[in-house]
Amino acid sequence: MTTPASTGNTVISEELRSFIHLESVPVTYDIECHAVERFAAAIGDPNPLYSDREASEATSHGGLIAPPTFFRSLLPGKYPKTYPEPFAHILDGGSKYRFNEPVRIGDKITVVRKITDLFEKHGRMGTMLFKISEISYTNEAGRLVATQTTTTITYGTGEKDSGVGDN
Amino acid sequence: MAITNSAVGTQILFFEDINIGDQLPEIVKNPDTRQLVMYAGASQDFVAIHYDLNVAKEAGHPTVIIHGALKSAWLGELVTSWMGVDGRLLELDVSYRAIDFPNSTATCVGKVLDARTEHGVGIVELEIGLRNSEGIISTPGRALVSLPIREIV
Repeated sequence: MTTPASTGNTVISEELRSFIHLESVPVTYDIECHAVERFAAAIGDPNPLYSDREASEATSHGGLIAPPTFFRSLLPGKYPKTYPEPFAHILDGGSKYRFNEPVRIGDKITVVRKITDLFEKHGRMGTMLFKISEISYTNEAGRLVATQTTTTITYGTGEKDSGVGDN
Repeated sequence: MAITNSAVGTQILFFEDINIGDQLPEIVKNPDTRQLVMYAGASQDFVAIHYDLNVAKEAGHPTVIIHGALKSAWLGELVTSWMGVDGRLLELDVSYRAIDFPNSTATCVGKVLDARTEHGVGIVELEIGLRNSEGIISTPGRALVSLPIREIV
């Protein structure tokens, strides 16, 4: 069971709150076929649209594309200041993707992340901080190809897990 | 499903060929720790709980845990392999309700919740989920796809 956080005792400091709507430094990735092939192999997806150039060219896509969750590998850049993560452990709560068009090999995709909400809950694992982030993926023509809205949960004290604070 | 190309995975699924309540062909995954390491490298997700047994045990787990995003990738495959080469994935929502472990079976399941036409294409809403070895849907989700409508000649 979780209960709403009391207003008097919060981990969401003014400093943390100042990150809401702050944009990460944009990072641009060249989408290249080997990275896409490696990603498709890692998730175990044999779809020829990700690796068989000839087969993909014969389809309405006209060439190779990336799997929908390939966006996960296009890491956002850092925020202009250091995010003061109060907790040590991290859980991924989920993702909501909105796709406008598939990513093609040869695209240049610019990634920007911003936190849209921070809230806390108290439960079995103590206080948990929920962070809602929206990540935008824009191609070289300036078209927004997709967004990913993520829920990240951090909790607990002690030595920080590797990767905590990265996102 | 109409087969218009002999290559595997390049079939076309038309809106007229689906019905509300249809089940998607299930996809079964048997992940091992090797796949988690491959996914960590391919996705640049180096959170240690996915490959370091000590970190996973300190967090109270019997072994390392599967990346949530790997489970969402499998649910993406469930939908994209079903929708055919002219289908377009519009939305994919996944929620990680329970932790899953490697060396177990994960089955991706889905069914058609709604189907309608908009602006000359079919819009299909799917309920999707990952069912673990215990029969629990650990990762529920939904997807929205567009499908081509057959030309009326």
